[in-house]
Amino acid sequence: MEWLNAIIQGILLGGLYALFAVGLSLVFGTMRLVNLAHGDLTVLPAYIGLIIVGTGVHRFNPLYVIPIVMVIMFIFGYALQRGLLNFVVQKGEVQGVIVTFGLSIVIMNALQEAFTPNSQRLQVGSLNSASITISDQLAIGWLPIIIFILAVVVIAALQLYMGRTMMGRAFRAVSDDQEAARLMGVNTKHVWGVAMGVALLIATIGGVMYGIRTTFHPMLGADRLIFAFEAVIIGGMGSSWGTLLGGVILGVAQLLGSFAFGPAWSILCGHVVFVIILALRPQGFLAKTVTA
Amino acid sequence: MSAATSPATQDGRQYSVSVASRVNLLILGFGILIVAILAVFPLFGGTEWTRRLIDFFCYLALAELWNLMLGYAGLISAGQQGFIGIGAYTLWLFSDILGISPFLGVVFAAIGGAIIALPAAALVFKLKGGYLAIGTWVIAEILRLIVANIKRAGGNSGINIQATSELVQELGNAAWYSRVYWWALAGAILAIGVTYFLLRSRTGLALTAMRDNDLAAESCGVNLWRAKLYTFLIAGAGCALVGAVQAMYTLRVHPGSAFSINWTAYLIFIAVIGGIGTIEGPIIGTIIFYVLRETTSQWGTWYFIALGLLAIIVTIWSPAGIYGWVLKKTNFVMFPLQRKLRYSGKGDAPPEAAAGGDVSTG
Repeated sequence: MEWLNAIIQGILLGGLYALFAVGLSLVFGTMRLVNLAHGDLTVLPAYIGLIIVGTGVHRFNPLYVIPIVMVIMFIFGYALQRGLLNFVVQKGEVQGVIVTFGLSIVIMNALQEAFTPNSQRLQVGSLNSASITISDQLAIGWLPIIIFILAVVVIAALQLYMGRTMMGRAFRAVSDDQEAARLMGVNTKHVWGVAMGVALLIATIGGVMYGIRTTFHPMLGADRLIFAFEAVIIGGMGSSWGTLLGGVILGVAQLLGSFAFGPAWSILCGHVVFVIILALRPQGFLAKTVTA
Repeated sequence: MSAATSPATQDGRQYSVSVASRVNLLILGFGILIVAILAVFPLFGGTEWTRRLIDFFCYLALAELWNLMLGYAGLISAGQQGFIGIGAYTLWLFSDILGISPFLGVVFAAIGGAIIALPAAALVFKLKGGYLAIGTWVIAEILRLIVANIKRAGGNSGINIQATSELVQELGNAAWYSRVYWWALAGAILAIGVTYFLLRSRTGLALTAMRDNDLAAESCGVNLWRAKLYTFLIAGAGCALVGAVQAMYTLRVHPGSAFSINWTAYLIFIAVIGGIGTIEGPIIGTIIFYVLRETTSQWGTWYFIALGLLAIIVTIWSPAGIYGWVLKKTNFVMFPLQRKLRYSGKGDAPPEAAAGGDVSTG
């Protein structure tokens, strides 16, 4: 029964990884930029949430704070793109990697300086521990279920946004052929700004929900980036549902590994499954485009 | 130095391809002098400065290798710390478990790095650009997690290398660190030398062609995969060698520091500030990095923030780095890699030759 528990928890954890990964994939898809700061940009919103929630008697419920942080991160992402990253997007992939790596170091250390390296948590009271008990050994927390449902809703909404709206069509047009899109009157710089904004808006949902689910600290960005990357590659580039599948495979691999060999091996098992899939099926499971 | 003269063409002009000029011979002599002084430095320099220079040479070697991968093969790695860590732990394995002298262990560390680099290359070469960078990072994380789970090697808290501590007791501080120093110096000279001769060779031409346009290079018969593999293997072996030297320098191994992503942060900073795609750039970059570290690293997080911001600023506003700027102003080349086509004999020289003296590629 315990292995079943590991699988179910792994699937739910996969939803969280998908929330981290969708933004990375969206940014790469629209502007061919591999954002190495993406992991740290999912940690940042949890700290913004912490500030808004406050520490005094009049604490807000972190769940209500999420929309506010989403708006802040959207604006931040748009400004970051137009103020900094647009300068490197067209210069080439290497410049993009170096600048976003630098950005990652800056964000991580700034968070350490401002909030100390200690672990913090966003408290939501009883929801933290509420769970559905199925049997003695099988209890599923409400919070992981909510996060998984959120991931499904976010991906479905993103699909609708990409398919049905003017801006979504612009994303895809810029992705397919930047020059042609520009000739058709698409303001690529604005489109990239919005794409980064949307990516960070989704990252916010993942980052804050993680902060509610468990403790977080400024050094988490590196692992987040790696898990997001693994989910994208396993699922197949350019496919949002693939990213969810990739996240689920990674989550299940980690928790089954933890169950079989002990917690110290959990993350390693995830990496090993990723490496096996990369070796045998480098295009991923649900790839739409083979570009990288 | 290497000049091949073609038979006279129909119009009586002669072509010759040359790489170096007379000035370069002068610089070569000067370089040999500097290396000779550096080689005997521990005999008169004192242990403190010897130790400092060990660290300096380690960073220099790493930066040159990272630069070889990025600047010439277009491989951007965020995972060299994986090889550094493997080198450090191979040294521990050979000296403490197998009982071989640590000075020989360095050689095995380099071999170990190359052995790990082979399957790693097969995996990460399936990815491109930025995703390749994260792919190498994953490899480094896998190696770190495996090592951290080996109880015999001290697990997460690392372990002291007994053999090295005993040797320090036996030889004394000064003699021990001068030996480590010679390995570090050898590592730096090897990294620069291998980069230089690799780039002067056929493979070097292939690499430069590949960096500039991989499709065009491939259609001219360049075996992309093999050229990239060579660079990755050389960088893996070199980083492992440096990792072993670092382990001898600190007398212990620790998974958190040997496999730390900070290595990559330093290497990116050094290469970017100095100038990517040149041999001279990392030398300048390492000097600047070292001075910055000695003066400001006590500020901790602010030091890292400054490194990150500087890397961002230089990449956006002056992507050629400091050496790129020097090159533009003075045309000073320490390590000549460009192949120049010279015209001689009667007849009018083509406009490029008349204007600049020679036509260069590379």
